[in-house]
Amino acid sequence: MSQALKTTETPPVNATPEPAVVASPAPPPAGPTLRLPRISAAQLGNLGLVALSLTLGVLAWHLLTANNVDFYINFQNVPSPWRVFDAFVTHVQTGIFWTHIGVSMRRILISYSLACALGIGIGLVMGRSRLARALIMPYIEVVRPIPAVAWIPLAILMWPTEESSIIYITFLGALFPIVLNTLHGVEQTPEVLVRATQSLGASRWDVFRHVVIPAALPSIAAGLAIGMGVSWFSLLAGEIISGQYGIGYFTWNAYSLINYQDIVVGMLVIGFLGTGSTAAVKLLTAPMLAWQKRTR
Amino acid sequence: MLDILKFKAPQQRDDIGKGRIEVKDVSITFGKGKSAYRATETTDITIEAGEFVCILGPSGCGKSTLLNAIAGYVEPSTGAVLVDGKEVRKPGPDRGMVFQQYSLLPWKTVYENVAFGPRMAGHSRTESGSTANTFLELVGLKKFGDRYPAELSGGMQQRVGIARALANYPSVLLMDEPFGALDAQTRLMMQESLLDIWRKFGTTVVFVTHDVDEAVFLADRVLIMSAAPGRIIEDVRIDLPRPRSTDMATEPAYMQARQHCLATIKAESRKSFESQNA
Repeated sequence: MSQALKTTETPPVNATPEPAVVASPAPPPAGPTLRLPRISAAQLGNLGLVALSLTLGVLAWHLLTANNVDFYINFQNVPSPWRVFDAFVTHVQTGIFWTHIGVSMRRILISYSLACALGIGIGLVMGRSRLARALIMPYIEVVRPIPAVAWIPLAILMWPTEESSIIYITFLGALFPIVLNTLHGVEQTPEVLVRATQSLGASRWDVFRHVVIPAALPSIAAGLAIGMGVSWFSLLAGEIISGQYGIGYFTWNAYSLINYQDIVVGMLVIGFLGTGSTAAVKLLTAPMLAWQKRTR
Repeated sequence: MLDILKFKAPQQRDDIGKGRIEVKDVSITFGKGKSAYRATETTDITIEAGEFVCILGPSGCGKSTLLNAIAGYVEPSTGAVLVDGKEVRKPGPDRGMVFQQYSLLPWKTVYENVAFGPRMAGHSRTESGSTANTFLELVGLKKFGDRYPAELSGGMQQRVGIARALANYPSVLLMDEPFGALDAQTRLMMQESLLDIWRKFGTTVVFVTHDVDEAVFLADRVLIMSAAPGRIIEDVRIDLPRPRSTDMATEPAYMQARQHCLATIKAESRKSFESQNA
């Protein structure tokens, strides 16, 4: 090994701000160290802001309902946060409430899994084959803007059971963002990486596996998170009209019974389930994108 | 430890090609009919095995296109490219390619990037890994193996790119302005480093650049290309002793070669500039 090769160059002084060029060797690991999850001051501050924002929101809700504000928007019939909380605590102790939640989550799980598998598959095929793209794209363009609610009558006529029509409507909602984001991701594949791997002996399949899919992953992950959110509001549309269980049915039923606080309980449960499941999707896709974190 | 045996020049090995390149009556036209664009005029070049050849030309003259034809990314409209007598039809591991920048797989570590070629060639994980380490050591980056490309500086990334191309033991190394995006100091260092690697590895190198100094410093032969559509207008032999160092820049032989190339390229650049403004 010649000395000339060992000379480490000075980091280039580029005009573009490169994130901390690491030219120094990594510090040697000093024995076994216990790593606690560190929460930075900034993260703590963010949490504080979130708590503050929610508190202010609930406070505003309380004030508006407590004073029966009727200024263009009418708060006279809106239940106060305390009544909603009471109703929630009562429901939590009943089995049927958990059945509603369980049924909704099961529907989401089935529809969303189908949408993931099919959506990523279709997106990848469309991204790699011009023929497939030309054949499938018109359907996506036309069917995508149709809202979930508009599908209800036809879904009931088409599918043998109510359950299957609800799952179909939910699936459809999640499908499009996943397909389109996957397609977009595949199209983002840098040509130079394809060429580089080809000259290293990669076959078409190798290029697909080692270049196209990893390049599309960030976009696919975004599509999966969006798809999860959309699947919730498609599910709700399906559950409100047809079905006997489900958190959407619970909410709609509360409206029929003029039970105002239960309407809000239902709405908030939907909101938190949607947020929670989207967060879960992000958490599950994060390890696949670990390389991005290290490179930013 | 560095396995010196593995670096036996391709010319001294009988298990791989020797790296003789023939570009026979090759012209390249993109598109058809009215929108057709002639990238290079009919070109005839022979590059001997183990030679270090620079293709020098003004920007947009088609020098990269010509390199891409040797690499197999672009199909010549007429003629053929032969490497060791075999016609080039598609990219392959016998012709290692180094790009200007950002060609490492960002989701693979440096080590995985270099091991990629051997893996594709069907070598085992362990074998590919030891090849990767050998070549990372050759370019002086062994201890950066577990980093991701974006964690390295531009110059280091290019050295990884060279290691990755060499890990397939190519008979030909094709380089498309590999140091073009680097700052001046790093570029000089990289040039010396490349010559050192080439001396050890001894593969044929075709190096595309628009930098006269770079071409003269590196090459055995400088092929000067005309403005677009490109053709080789001069074949300049650089008779400077090797190993070369940057100190040679003041020697008369160097100055003379540089002056000659500069004058030729200047005339061509002016032509290209005027045709673009016309």
